[in-house]
Amino acid sequence: MSDVQRRNFLKTSVGVAAVAIAPGLLLFKVAHGQSDDDSKVRWGMLIDTSNCAEGCNECVKACNKENGLSGGLAPTDSQWIRKIEIKDVSTGHQFALPMMCQHCAEPPCVDVCPTGASFKRYDGIVLVDKHRCIGCRYCMMACPYKARSFVHAPLHDQNPDVPRGKGTVESCTMCVHRVDEGKQPACAEACPNKSILFGNLHDPNSEIAKKIRAVASTQVRADLNLNTGVRYQGI
Amino acid sequence: MSVPGVRLLLLLLISLCIPNVWADQALPYKIDIGRGGHCVRDPVWMRKNHMHLLIHQRDLTVREGKRDKEIDLRNCIECHASTKDDSVIARSDSFCVACHRYEAVKIDCFECHSGIRKSAWLERNAK
Ligand code: SF4
Ligand code: SF4
Repeated sequence: MSDVQRRNFLKTSVGVAAVAIAPGLLLFKVAHGQSDDDSKVRWGMLIDTSNCAEGCNECVKACNKENGLSGGLAPTDSQWIRKIEIKDVSTGHQFALPMMCQHCAEPPCVDVCPTGASFKRYDGIVLVDKHRCIGCRYCMMACPYKARSFVHAPLHDQNPDVPRGKGTVESCTMCVHRVDEGKQPACAEACPNKSILFGNLHDPNSEIAKKIRAVASTQVRADLNLNTGVRYQGI
Repeated sequence: MSVPGVRLLLLLLISLCIPNVWADQALPYKIDIGRGGHCVRDPVWMRKNHMHLLIHQRDLTVREGKRDKEIDLRNCIECHASTKDDSVIARSDSFCVACHRYEAVKIDCFECHSGIRKSAWLERNAK
C-alpha cells in the first residue's frame, strides 16, 4: 500500500469523508445520520410552557402507561419523560415543562454509538435498535438532555407494541408505534391543557409548522447546534 | 393380485399423497400450535425459514419504519399463542419453545418482545 493509498484508507475508515479544497486544507464532514432536510416528513413537537401547569404530571403518566415503564424515580428506573419546574432566581419567574429526547437532527447519541444501534429514522425520530445495542451506554453519556435510560433488570409482560429489555438503552420513541398508525404520541394526547403540539415540521401547512412560523420558539441548549425536533415556547 | 392386496396398494398410494403439512403428528415432541389457521407461507417452508422472514422484516420495520401487515411477529403470536394461556413461550410445549428446545436453539426474542397474544394483552390491560 502506497502512502497515499494508506492515508485515504485511514480517512475513509474512520467514517469521515474529506474533500480537499486546497492543498493541505481539507473540508471534513462527519458521516452520521444523513441530513433529513430533503425528507418530506420530520416529526416534531412544540411545547407551550405557558399552558403547562405546575404539579400536573399527566404526560409522564401517559408515557409510563403506554410504554410499560414502572414510573419509579430511582437512578436505575427508566424515565422517558420528566416534568421539570424551573425558577428564574433573579426575577422569580417560575414555569414548568416536560423534558424528553429532543429528537435532534444532529444527534450526538448516534455519533458515538459504536454499533449503529442508535439511529435516526427518515422522519427524524431518533431510536435505539435494540437488536444491535450492546448496552455500552456511550449514548447516555453523550446526550446533553439526559434523555436516555438503561434497563437494569429483566422485564416481563411488555406492551406487545413496545419491546423493551434488559441490557439495552432506551428513550422516548415519540411513540413511533402510534405515529406509524397515524396517531399522536401518548403524552400529546394526554395533556389536559393541549401544551404539546405534535406534527410534521416539514409540511408547511401542518398546524405545528404554521405555529412555529408565527410564534417565537426556543431549542433547549440551542448553542449546541443540534437542531432539535422538540421545541419550546415561552422559555 | 388379491383384493386385500389391491386395497393395501391403494392405501399406500393415498397415504403418499397426504401433504407434509399433516406430518405434525409425526413430530417427536408435543407442540401446541394455538389457533393455527392459514399461515403467511407454506408451513413446511416456514419450519425451515421463518427466521429469515423475521430478520428481514425486523430491519425494515425498526430502521425504515416499513411495517408489514402480514409479516409481523405480533401476527405470528396472534395465531400461534396457546388457546389455554395466550402465550407462545409459557410452557415446554408452547409454539416457539417446543421446537427450539428440541433443536437446542436458544432464542432471545422474548427478552424484549412480548410472547402474549396482543388481543388478550389489550383485554387484560384495558381500564
Ligand atoms: S436528545 Fe439525546 S437521545 Fe435524543 S436525539 Fe438528542 S442526543 Fe439523542
Ligand atoms: S448503549 Fe446501545 S445505543 Fe447506546 S451507544 Fe451503546 S450500543 Fe449504541
